[in-house]
Amino acid sequence: MATLTETDPPPPLPPSPLSPTAATSPTPPTKKPRRGRLVPYWLLLPGILWLIVFFALPMIYQASTSVQTGSLEEGYKVTWHFATYWDALSEYWPQFLRSVLYAGSATILCLLLGYPLAYLIAFRAGRWRNLILILVIAPFFTSFLIRTLAWKTILADGGPVVGALDALHVLDVTNWLGMTAGDRVLATPLAVVCGLTYNFLPFMILPLYTSLERIDGRLHEAAGDLYATPFTTFRKVTFPLSMPGVVSGTLLTFIPASGDYVNADLLGSTDTRMVGNVIQTQFLRILDYPTAAALSFILMAAILIMVTLYIRKSGTEDLV
Amino acid sequence: MTFIRRLKRHLVVIAGLLTLGYLLLPNVVVTVFSFNDPKGRFNYAWQKFSTDAWTDPCGVADLCGSLGISLQIAAWATLGATVLGTMIAFALVRYRFRARGAVNSLIFLPMAMPEVVMAASLLTLFLNLGAQLGFWTILIAHIMFCLSFVVVAVKARVMSMDPRLEEAARDLYAGPVQTFVRVTLPIAAPGIAAGALLAFALSFDDFIITNFTAGSTVTFPMFVWGSAQRGTPVQINVIGTAMFVVAVLFVLAGMAVGNRRRRQKA
Repeated sequence: MATLTETDPPPPLPPSPLSPTAATSPTPPTKKPRRGRLVPYWLLLPGILWLIVFFALPMIYQASTSVQTGSLEEGYKVTWHFATYWDALSEYWPQFLRSVLYAGSATILCLLLGYPLAYLIAFRAGRWRNLILILVIAPFFTSFLIRTLAWKTILADGGPVVGALDALHVLDVTNWLGMTAGDRVLATPLAVVCGLTYNFLPFMILPLYTSLERIDGRLHEAAGDLYATPFTTFRKVTFPLSMPGVVSGTLLTFIPASGDYVNADLLGSTDTRMVGNVIQTQFLRILDYPTAAALSFILMAAILIMVTLYIRKSGTEDLV
Repeated sequence: MTFIRRLKRHLVVIAGLLTLGYLLLPNVVVTVFSFNDPKGRFNYAWQKFSTDAWTDPCGVADLCGSLGISLQIAAWATLGATVLGTMIAFALVRYRFRARGAVNSLIFLPMAMPEVVMAASLLTLFLNLGAQLGFWTILIAHIMFCLSFVVVAVKARVMSMDPRLEEAARDLYAGPVQTFVRVTLPIAAPGIAAGALLAFALSFDDFIITNFTAGSTVTFPMFVWGSAQRGTPVQINVIGTAMFVVAVLFVLAGMAVGNRRRRQKA
């Protein structure tokens, strides 16, 4: 076949009945009839419309709700009452702080726990690689609420895990840090952080594994040939090359963890409430919509600013 | 001495396996406690072995009904998100158009937003429109947050596709429709399937957004949440375990088929 470029006219053979025109052939921008040029817009239209109506528009409604005053009985009106933001922040700053602290600790723990496993799958697993990958994803198949409830059993008062932590004097350290109280783990910040770490660990492991797996194994050999110790090889070669995975892993862990209210509710107590819990109760129980909307808006803004700064600092733009 | 050296060499393997244990421990607990015969309303402490829950998985009021609602919503949400998402993915990879940046951020943002923010804002929309909360509002929300994940999955596959295959089809006088159905779609299928599976899993297991948009409709995660307050029946563990086993068997079967095909080709 001589004609691989599409601008050429079709060869002088009887055209197939199924291709009467060349209208939808994709590339050449100049000679294309109008119909073909609209194709991408028709493809985009339904999905993008869905996202505009049910993702972007709600954000605007939420912003408007946050500056409304009124009551549930008499209805709410937009009064540009920005004091709601100030009131919400001054009343609920401990919950905001807790969200950042818990989600931050969970993210660091996920990185520390997840890296060895991702490394193991990428370089040391051999023929077990696929099996371990399946085992990492498999917990997803059981509802995460059921799995989170299982931590109530694991961390039960006087159970083997708490007993072991106590015997190893781990609880002394966490008590000193204010993460636990006495000989209990359940209903303390430690339990919440433990649950968050557990729930979002696969979101750390999978991107880490993807970026580690791309590393050319010969780079390790080269580092070894140049007398680098295994640790230096890791510090100077492996870790820097896995940075894209570290960045997307920390984002995929931190963002959902900071808005989570399930772990704080099931494994924590009233002293471990995070901002997600406040938004949930304000919206669904107290029905104070302006305050709830303001809190949710602050959380969104905080996350967007943090993510933008973080991505800019770590210099990986191609996350999607 | 040699022991310490060996330990050092395998340190990363040991640490990795410990993490794997941490990941799987709750599943073990869920499975073991599906055979429990608890005293009182909560299934958190081991009492004695029993298969009662396994022989009567629907023995708790509303449990299997909620499971049915969840499956129904997940199926429709998967269909909707997969069709819309695949269309967007093809447009993004294959065509030039205006406002590409805006489209990209509209797809990225739902994935970079805490679920509770999307949930709260959707609820304000529904309240303002006076929409009746229930099956349809849940479905709308689920299609919305699954869409982006389908786009990412399909986009990756379409991008790695060799364009010469479609050119070859056209050179052989396949029309646009024929090219798409016989060449493009089969090549893109694994990406579409991956996106659809992801959408199903996300929708089926979603709690945070569902909790805001459900009204009085009870999905399976909503049932579990409610039972955490009122008392957890053993049947929850039975369904959790059964889902786990079925899914793992599916994956293993898929892998076996893939291996056999590869061997046949070789």
